[in-house]
Amino acid sequence: MSLQVSVYRYNPEQDSVPHMQDFTVEVPEGKDLMVLDVLALIKEQDDSFVYRRSCREGVCGSDGMNIGGTNGLACITPLSEAVRKEKLVLRPLPGLPVIRDLVVDMSLFYKQYEKVRPYLINDTPPPATERLQSPEERAKLDGLYECVLCACCSTACPSFWWNPDKFVGPAGLLQSYRFLADSRDTATEERLSDLEDPFSVFRCRGIMNCVDVCPKGLNPTQAIGHIRKMLLEKGS
Amino acid sequence: MVTNITSLSRTGLRDWLVQRVSAVVLAVYTVFIVGWLLYTETLSFELWHALFEQTWMRIFSLMALVSLVSHAWIGMWTIFGDYLNERALGKKALTVRFLSQALCGIVLFVYIAWGVQILWGL
Repeated sequence: MSLQVSVYRYNPEQDSVPHMQDFTVEVPEGKDLMVLDVLALIKEQDDSFVYRRSCREGVCGSDGMNIGGTNGLACITPLSEAVRKEKLVLRPLPGLPVIRDLVVDMSLFYKQYEKVRPYLINDTPPPATERLQSPEERAKLDGLYECVLCACCSTACPSFWWNPDKFVGPAGLLQSYRFLADSRDTATEERLSDLEDPFSVFRCRGIMNCVDVCPKGLNPTQAIGHIRKMLLEKGS
Repeated sequence: MVTNITSLSRTGLRDWLVQRVSAVVLAVYTVFIVGWLLYTETLSFELWHALFEQTWMRIFSLMALVSLVSHAWIGMWTIFGDYLNERALGKKALTVRFLSQALCGIVLFVYIAWGVQILWGL
């Protein structure tokens, strides 16, 4: 079966402006391929075509891209969901500078991630074995730790598009709450103080694009709500 | 922490709280006014005048006006920051944003002063 694919192409060494290039790809009948498989078939036709990939099973978060207008991971998005009007349209993640074709510069995304100090902070003397948690305390981290940092959510967020240097973005805030909610972390006060300003958290206007696109089914808006509640409890 | 001197209260938390509380005040005021208009059988200038002559109504109206102005400032400040920033406009962003904020501030201040004059001048 022939599939029409339209792909965003940009090579800054050759092109003055980006353009869309059409490919016709032969895909097997009766089999629901993933978008990543189609990318490999395009690469066979034109080896100058560039995209990121690694684990090919939705764990590494490398192949986040805009598939038919919606951000998602190419490796776990089947063609049955991605093809619209008999055409597959692939663009890089929106809002970030394009390095080449579907590869974007994620420096700002990582800068915001770094800002929330995504690691356990605990200045108390370490116990002989490990810092234990009750099953209830551990359960609070469910829905938070699973994030693979693919940037699908942050690059679907208009607040992040307009202020990627100041607004932490849904991915960073989900991780921020992951450590705020961790019973073993003792830096809650400092973490919250860093988030009180008008941009870091409060630039979120709750439109929930992040929830809509997350390939792992996570809910950054809810985590942001929890952070706001913690800030309110601290501040009032 | 990102600091900003033009937001209403300089902390995102307080701005957010002000926006939520002012939204509730505006909702209550709107429901009250619409309800009053619907349940007053023969609407007349005298009845309208009598309603606004009462001190509690003037205070309630002023509260709604202050809520509207603070709510609008926070909303407009956000919109200016989104669309009139360096990413969108380059070097002239600061001038354009500052002038827009100043104009918005003047308009909102006029609403307050004018509103007080109307409420207590009826």
